[in-house]
Amino acid sequence: MTEQAIAASATPRPGAGSRKLRQAERVGSAIFVGMLRGSCWLFLLIVLGLAAELIWGARLSLRKFGIGFLWSTQWNPVTEQFGAAPFIYGTVVTSVIALALAAIVGVMAAIYLAEFAPRRVGAYLGLLIELLAAVPSIVYGLWGLFVLAPIVANWIGPALQSVLGFLPFFQGTIYGVNVLTAAFILTLMIIPTITAITRDLIVAIPMRFREAALALGATPWEMAVKVVLPSVRRGIIGASMLAFGRALGETIAATMVIGNRPVISASLFAPGYTIASVIANEFTEATSDLYLSALIELGLILLVVSILVIGMGRLMVRLLIR
Amino acid sequence: MAASRLWPSLVRRRPIVVLLTSLFAAICAPGPAGAGDVSGAGATFPYPVYAEWTRAYKAQTGVNVLYQAIGSSRGIARVVARTVDFGASDMPLDPQSLTQDRLLQWPMVMGGVVPIVNLPGIEPGQLKLDGKVLAGMYLDAITKWNDPAIAALNPGLALPGLAITTVHRADGSGTNFIFTHYLSGIDARFRSEIGENTAVQFPGGVGADGNVGVAALTRRTAGAIGYVEYAYALQNRMTYVLLRNRAGAFVAPTNASFQAAAANADWSRSAGFQVLLTDQPGRESWPITGATFILVPRRPANPVIARQALDFFDWAYRNGGKLAERLAYVPMPAKVIDLVERAWHREITGPDGKPVWAGS
Repeated sequence: MTEQAIAASATPRPGAGSRKLRQAERVGSAIFVGMLRGSCWLFLLIVLGLAAELIWGARLSLRKFGIGFLWSTQWNPVTEQFGAAPFIYGTVVTSVIALALAAIVGVMAAIYLAEFAPRRVGAYLGLLIELLAAVPSIVYGLWGLFVLAPIVANWIGPALQSVLGFLPFFQGTIYGVNVLTAAFILTLMIIPTITAITRDLIVAIPMRFREAALALGATPWEMAVKVVLPSVRRGIIGASMLAFGRALGETIAATMVIGNRPVISASLFAPGYTIASVIANEFTEATSDLYLSALIELGLILLVVSILVIGMGRLMVRLLIR
Repeated sequence: MAASRLWPSLVRRRPIVVLLTSLFAAICAPGPAGAGDVSGAGATFPYPVYAEWTRAYKAQTGVNVLYQAIGSSRGIARVVARTVDFGASDMPLDPQSLTQDRLLQWPMVMGGVVPIVNLPGIEPGQLKLDGKVLAGMYLDAITKWNDPAIAALNPGLALPGLAITTVHRADGSGTNFIFTHYLSGIDARFRSEIGENTAVQFPGGVGADGNVGVAALTRRTAGAIGYVEYAYALQNRMTYVLLRNRAGAFVAPTNASFQAAAANADWSRSAGFQVLLTDQPGRESWPITGATFILVPRRPANPVIARQALDFFDWAYRNGGKLAERLAYVPMPAKVIDLVERAWHREITGPDGKPVWAGS
């Protein structure tokens, strides 16, 4: 029976016996495609449900503050004046810095692992990097607070200030917990995603591409940069968007090292705040309905920011491929 | 009898039994308590001591008290909706809300907030501060450790010219409420510019997550000042400061100074026990003391369960002191317990109008 079916699907022949089989096949594939479609619709439903729930929860705050919520820098639970600007700023700045650093380091590590590292070393190092992705964020947070924050305050901060102190980003008092430390922690957390995906993509490039490049007289370096990287750039951008999403939504680790002060300051050495952190910090003991509603609206903004960022990533891919 | 002997072996052999029972328990837990269970929800600050009490109480009496630490505001919402038998809050409700929602409120256990510093060469208990100076620091008005206002309180102590970094709790918490309530009472400018709440907006400094975060940041930043729960300062041997209380004496944070604050407070004249123990009279009183509160319906739908809840609180008042002290919470003084239990008798009545609580 199964052999027949395989034969029938492999070489479709007209005949009385195979029509029944083809009918069954068609039903089967209809069910399969239906399931595929269903699981995608499920995602759409979840996102729509989430958005509806957030809008409903945020209705008090939406009505009271309107669109001004987006650029108000006030966040005062006592007087019930709420605005999202410092949180949007903190979230975007930490995530963008983290993505820039992680993309550079992550892609370089991936090229090394896939192209240059001895097979054994590459396998073990790759495993280690993937393990980093499994470390819970609270561990990153504690490490950041106890180890990285003092290093930033005593070494990295003063060094940056002495060299680049003329820029507004590196001026002012250096607190150990600040936007820069948070960006560093996020970088560490998203590197594994970028490296692991990029490495797998590079490994999947057919060997003949490399052979052709080398045969034309390219050095290994030229081969990596001119042949290997361009053929995986689309995948790298996809991996970066995935990583960026994680950085935007990271809560505990960012909370522990960012200093939790709702201000917009040009200096990366000043404390800041992210959307996810303020929700985590203040949700359980939010004392009034409006306060709670403002926190939920922040959640809504995070959702919108994520969608915008992923949309921009898609657009970039399309422009680059053209 | 036979069933109770059978049960452990059944559980041991069949993981699925454990799964099903825990599932069953999970389904039953959030509701207003099934077979003889008392359920409560609210504040996270007293959670460690409530958890210990319920465990010990269960072992002694077999009565199950389920407490979920979901945060004060949600605890209040649940008891107002009558989906739990009692609520717990770090911030007391005002008399109007108590009347409107037909709730009785009382203080269950106390804790204190202790300012901690990181100053080179300064030992625990050496630095003396008062509320005005503390408010000035958190308002960003006093910015250097050798400020004349600090020096005036500490004659003979060599204070460095370091910048002051104020560290505050970023997460909404009872600790924040007690601390800001104290400073708002002392300093008019603090009250108008910052105010009191479970989370407030400070003009400067850095925010840290939880007691752990505040302690770690203070410890790692020279010139930092922070504030943590007493239990946390004690266990981690933080550099605490002496505070000047209302009577003008400098006191150290100890069990005795917290109890003194509670004993000296005027409980009998405050409606709904809405006493915040900050800045109380008495030479021994620690000025930043606070109680955490329990809320129960005055007309409980199920007087039997209500009675069981009160039995538990009575037990905790009378036998839970040692456990509380071990966790560095401070038990209520006997005088206050008497007042509270008289209020139970007077104000909590069943559907028949008779008091639910008839004494232990």
